Amino acid sequence: MSTPTRPPTTRPTPYREMEESIDLSAQLQHVPAVGGAEQELLTLNMGPHHPATHGVLRLLVTLEGEVVRDLKPIIGYVHTGIEKTAEDKSYWKVIPIVERMDYLAYYFNAMAFCGATETLLGLEVPKRAQYLRVLHLELNRIMSHLVWLGTSALDLGAISMFWYCFRERETILDIFEMSSGQRMHTRYIQVGGVIDDIPAGFEEKVRAFCAVMPERIEQYGDLLNKNEIVLRRLRNVCPLDEATLLELGVTGPLLRAAGNPWDLRKAMPYSSYEDFDFQIPVGTVGDNYDRYVVRLAEMKESVKIVEQALDGLPEGPFITEDRKVALPPRHELATSMEALIHHFKLVTEGFRVPPGEVYYPIEGPRGELGCFVRSDGSSKPARVHMRDPSFVNLQATAPMVRDAYIADLIATLAMLDPILGGIDR
Amino acid sequence: MPDATGLELLAHDLLDAEPDSVLDTAHFRGKGALQVRPEAIRPVLELLRGKGFTFLASVHGVDYYPEEPRLGVQYELLDMSALDRLTVRLRVPLDAPVVDSVTPDWPTADHQEREIYDMFGVIFTGHPDLRRILMPEDYEGHPQRRDFPMGGEPVLFTKDEALRRDYTQ
Repeated sequence: MSTPTRPPTTRPTPYREMEESIDLSAQLQHVPAVGGAEQELLTLNMGPHHPATHGVLRLLVTLEGEVVRDLKPIIGYVHTGIEKTAEDKSYWKVIPIVERMDYLAYYFNAMAFCGATETLLGLEVPKRAQYLRVLHLELNRIMSHLVWLGTSALDLGAISMFWYCFRERETILDIFEMSSGQRMHTRYIQVGGVIDDIPAGFEEKVRAFCAVMPERIEQYGDLLNKNEIVLRRLRNVCPLDEATLLELGVTGPLLRAAGNPWDLRKAMPYSSYEDFDFQIPVGTVGDNYDRYVVRLAEMKESVKIVEQALDGLPEGPFITEDRKVALPPRHELATSMEALIHHFKLVTEGFRVPPGEVYYPIEGPRGELGCFVRSDGSSKPARVHMRDPSFVNLQATAPMVRDAYIADLIATLAMLDPILGGIDR
Repeated sequence: MPDATGLELLAHDLLDAEPDSVLDTAHFRGKGALQVRPEAIRPVLELLRGKGFTFLASVHGVDYYPEEPRLGVQYELLDMSALDRLTVRLRVPLDAPVVDSVTPDWPTADHQEREIYDMFGVIFTGHPDLRRILMPEDYEGHPQRRDFPMGGEPVLFTKDEALRRDYTQ
């Protein structure tokens, strides 16, 4: 009696065959008019309040069937006039408001503004302060990418990723709270250095985080990298070539996903980035999958930088000794008349900055974050302008999603990672 | 960064190719800046692209109140292979704030020129879609100008609208 032969287990299930037999590519071409009737384009308004637009972004989408033929982003819904407000505040009071532009990259905003002011002043920042800045910038980069990963996976239908990412983000916010007292908008980076030295127990906490984080990133990869849905939604979806990206001014992970290893931390180092050993992950074709993989790999590199910053943290002052710019230590106020005068001058008027114009670019989580500051010689900036990477990168949305499905528009927007606080300022 | 000598050489090259294009050069905190005639901005940027500055990193608007010509536009160029940055500046008077748009040559300038139009009222001729970008379309005035009052904006609350009360009082 012979046992009935079973089909080999490697054989694809019939439903997969059926699914693959359907050729949807015809839809991507222009659909001919049926029966003489003119094929109509549908203009659909997405947003401004739509959970998948990652903020208050409104998109006017022109659809032909399910295919996006054109797209116009409409922005300005969270414009709060931060640049105008900055013109009415002395330099050190500008820091907390510029931090609120791109609300996921507050250390970067403060760093760009303080770097521009320090360039205007011709001020040397102590090495320890530079390392502490790098440490916090890279933790911030991981934090920003975690929010991106969690919300993007949510857009693709994976809700558990959101909880995992926000678990690690909480740890980073606790670290920020330890060093500055705030979880967000920390006002940690000051003109001339940082506000305070790291407290006792900070290093252990950061080291504990660095010990678990690479493994956690591996886990995210395990959950997503071989996930059929993720692969189908991301691979070969909405690619854009390097030349077009450069024309559109796109920088950051989006440009690196297309194979261009441009990273200001390596190319034009600032704040002692030349001391650190890290790699720049790049993609190959520049599709949504590359954008995802590049950011995931960037988080690992950031962990390496944080560890190196702790290992090599130099001794010395955490803020410049120049009393014309930085507040004197509290204990000096009781004994030194000069310290009292400096303190009074700084708190009432602030410091005066020599006239001039500078542009200070840094590598933010989303690309080149540049701060333009013009000084007229007074204690308030005459113009503060942020070249926000989200604002510039948003222009690439239309070329990316043209002639793609509307569902891919959501995935592409997630991989673009726009932060509307930074776009509208 | 081009040093002071390199900047002068660059300015001379531009002047040879495009007479009267460069008005002034400045070297501040290790970075060069060219002051150009507003009419010459497109050929100057095109010539600089040929010199390796192939990436337009940013466009800024500035108001030099009370100096005249009052409004300024700044172009931040980047040379990704020589790791070099250069600022190109121009100034336009308040009564004729017109500059040629560079968006046809540099698509990245699209949003940024719209922002400068919105905030300072500089008109970029040849821009494909010059509308306000951050402020509402029916907004009057250009809020980033230095003589635009801060905090002078009445806030329209929905509750006042229902009461038919004039919200400016």
